[in-house]
Amino acid sequence: MTPPVDPGPDARVPTIRLTGIQKSFGAVEVLRGVDFEAYPGEVTALVGDNGAGKSTLVKGMAGIYPFDGGVYEFDGERVEVTSPKQANLLGIEVVYQDLALCDNLDVVSNMFLGRERSGGVTLDETSMERSATETLAGLSVRTLRSVRSAVSSLSGGQRQTVAIARAVLWNSKIVILDEPTAALGVAQTEQVLALVRRLADRGLAVVLISHNMNDVMRVADRVAAMYLGRMAAQISTSRATNADIVELITSGRSAALGVGIDAAAVEAQDTSDTEEAVA
Amino acid sequence: MSTDITHDTSHGGAAVATPSETLREAITRFRGQLAAGNVGPLSSILGLVVLFVLFTSLDTKFASAGNFANLINQAAAVTFIAMGLVFVLLLGEIDLSAGYTAGVGAAMLTVVLRDTTNTLLGILAALGTGAVIGLVLGSLVAYLRIPSFVVTLAAFLALQGVLLAIIGDGGTIRQPDDTIRTIMNDNLPLWVGWTLAAVAVVGFVGIGLFGRRSRVAAGLPLRSGAVFVISAIVLAVLAFGATAALSVERSSRPELTSIRGVPYIVPIAAIVVVGLTFVLTRTRFGRHVFAVGGNAEAARRAGINVARIRVTCFVIGSTLAAMAGILLASRNNSVAPDTGGAQTLLYAVAAAVIGGTSLFGGKGSIIAAVLGGLVIAVIANGLPLIIQESWAQFVVTGLVLLLAATVDALSRRRSPAG
Repeated sequence: MTPPVDPGPDARVPTIRLTGIQKSFGAVEVLRGVDFEAYPGEVTALVGDNGAGKSTLVKGMAGIYPFDGGVYEFDGERVEVTSPKQANLLGIEVVYQDLALCDNLDVVSNMFLGRERSGGVTLDETSMERSATETLAGLSVRTLRSVRSAVSSLSGGQRQTVAIARAVLWNSKIVILDEPTAALGVAQTEQVLALVRRLADRGLAVVLISHNMNDVMRVADRVAAMYLGRMAAQISTSRATNADIVELITSGRSAALGVGIDAAAVEAQDTSDTEEAVA
Repeated sequence: MSTDITHDTSHGGAAVATPSETLREAITRFRGQLAAGNVGPLSSILGLVVLFVLFTSLDTKFASAGNFANLINQAAAVTFIAMGLVFVLLLGEIDLSAGYTAGVGAAMLTVVLRDTTNTLLGILAALGTGAVIGLVLGSLVAYLRIPSFVVTLAAFLALQGVLLAIIGDGGTIRQPDDTIRTIMNDNLPLWVGWTLAAVAVVGFVGIGLFGRRSRVAAGLPLRSGAVFVISAIVLAVLAFGATAALSVERSSRPELTSIRGVPYIVPIAAIVVVGLTFVLTRTRFGRHVFAVGGNAEAARRAGINVARIRVTCFVIGSTLAAMAGILLASRNNSVAPDTGGAQTLLYAVAAAVIGGTSLFGGKGSIIAAVLGGLVIAVIANGLPLIIQESWAQFVVTGLVLLLAATVDALSRRRSPAG
C-alpha cells in the first residue's frame, strides 16, 4: 500500500540532494531556491514547462556552471561541483539530448571517448571491447549487431542505447537523461524506457527529464515538477495521476494532491521578469 | 573443501567461446560498409588497376622496369605532402600552404648544407622549419578560430616570399650533400630489397596473428581468417612482385653503370607509412583526431583538448611537407623559386581525396594518401606517353580529382548520419 501522504523527510540518503539552489544569468533569476533529491534505485522524473529551469538545474549538477547559492550534497556529503570532469569523478554522468556521439567512430570508441584505456602508447582495444560488450550485455542490450560497427550505421534507439551504456560504464552513481525518447519511434521508445528502468534496478539513481507524461508514469518512481524556477512538488508517481502532474507543470500546484507553491505570490514576484530565460 | 571449485569458476567466467567470422559474413559486412557510404581506398585501388591496364595496352613503355622506378620517384614528394594533409583533412580543415612549406623546407636544408655540410643539421633545420610553420598555422586556426582556408592561403602567399628570400638573388641553389642526393637517386643492394620485402610480409603476418591470439584469449569474436590469409597473400605478391620488377636492370648501358634494385625512398616511405598509420589507428592521440573531425563538440565534452589536437595535426602536416621538401631537393639536386609550387599542393590534395580522405573531416587513412599519390603519379606519368598536349593532362587530372570529390560527396549522402 502506498502511504496517503508524503512520508516527510526521507530516511534514506539521497545520491543527490539540492537545497535552496539559486542561479541567475545576469538579471534573470532562473532558479529561485530549488530543492531536489534523487535516490539510488529510483527513477526520478524531472518535469516542467519550457523555461521552468530543468536544463539549468541539470547543467549545474553536471558542473557545466556553478550554482550561485544553495547546498549541493552528494551521497550525504556537501560538495562543490565546478567542472564536468569533477562531476564525472563523483559518479555523475549526463546523457544530453544530442547524445554527443562521434558518427565516424565505432561503438567501443564512443563509449571510451576521452577515457581510452591504453597499455603504454597503444590503445588497449581488446580490454575496451570486452568491457563495452560486458556493459551492454549487463544492460540486456541485444539490439546491437556488433560493437565494432560505426555509430553512423545505427538507428536512433541504438544510438541512445550507446550513449546510455557509455554513461554507466564508469561506475557511475547517478545518470541524468535529457529527453531520451524525444526523437524515437514507438518500438524504440519502449526499448529505451526498459533500459532506463534497468539502470535504476541495478541500484543507480536515474534522473529523467521528459515532456512525455506517459513515459513519466510508465517508468518513474518519483516526479519532481518545476514551475518558473521553483520546485512545485516532489511526489511519488503512485500517488499522482497524469492530470495532477500536468496541473503541477502548468500552474505550479495541484488542488487534488494539496501540494504546490503559492501561485499568487509567484505571480506578484514575477511581474518584473515575465520573459523567463530558456535555459 | 570446495576452494578448487570456486577457483575454477572465477577463472573461466568471461572466457565464453565466441564464434569467428566466416568469409561469407566478412563479405556481407564489407558490402554493408559500401552501402553505408564507407568506400575507403577501394575507389583508388580500382582507379589504379584501370589506369594500369589502360596505359599498358596503349603504350609498351609504361610497364617497363625503368618507368616503374620513375613512377615511385615522381609519386614520393606528393605522397608525403598528402600524408601530412590527411591529418589536417581529418579535422575538416585544409592546408593550402603545404606545397610552399615543402619548398621552404627544401631551401632551409640546402642553405644549411651549403654553410655547414652537416647532413643531420640540414635535415633537422628543414623539419624544424616545417614544425614551426605548422605551429603558427595551427595556433591561428585552433585558438583564434580563423578559417584554415584563409590562414593557409595567406601562408601560401607569404611562404613563396620566404622561399625567394632564402634562395636569394641567384635563382637556383645546388643541393651539395651526397647523402641527401642518394635518397631519391640511388638504389638498395638487391639482397637488401628482398630481405625488406620478406620482413614486411613476416611482420604483417606476425602482428596479425598476435592480435588474433589476444582476441581469442579475451573471448572476443575474430574477423574472418580467410580474409586475413588473402590479405597476407596479396601483400606478399605485391611486395615480392615489386622487388622483382625493381631488381631488373634498367640502365640503357649496363656495361657502364648498372641501375637496379629498390630505390632508397621505398623503405623510408614504408617506415613513415607504418609509423603514421600506427599513430592514427593505435594511439589515443589518433583516436582523438578522428573524434574531433567527427564531432568536435562531442570530443570537447568528452574532455579532449580540441585546440591542442588541432595544433598538433597542423604541426604534423607541415613537418611532413618539409620532409617532402627534402625529397624534392634530393630528386632535383637543387632548389628553385618554384620548388613545391605549381601543381605540387593541388596534386597532394587530390592524392588524399582520391584515396578516400573526406574533405568534410573524420574519414581518411595514410595508406589512402599513398594509393591516391600513386594514382596521380600514374596519370602524370602515363598520360604524356599517349597524349603529348599539356592542356589535356591538366584537364584529365582535374577531372579525376572532381570524380574523387564526387564519390566523397555521394558516399556522404548515402550514409544515414550524413
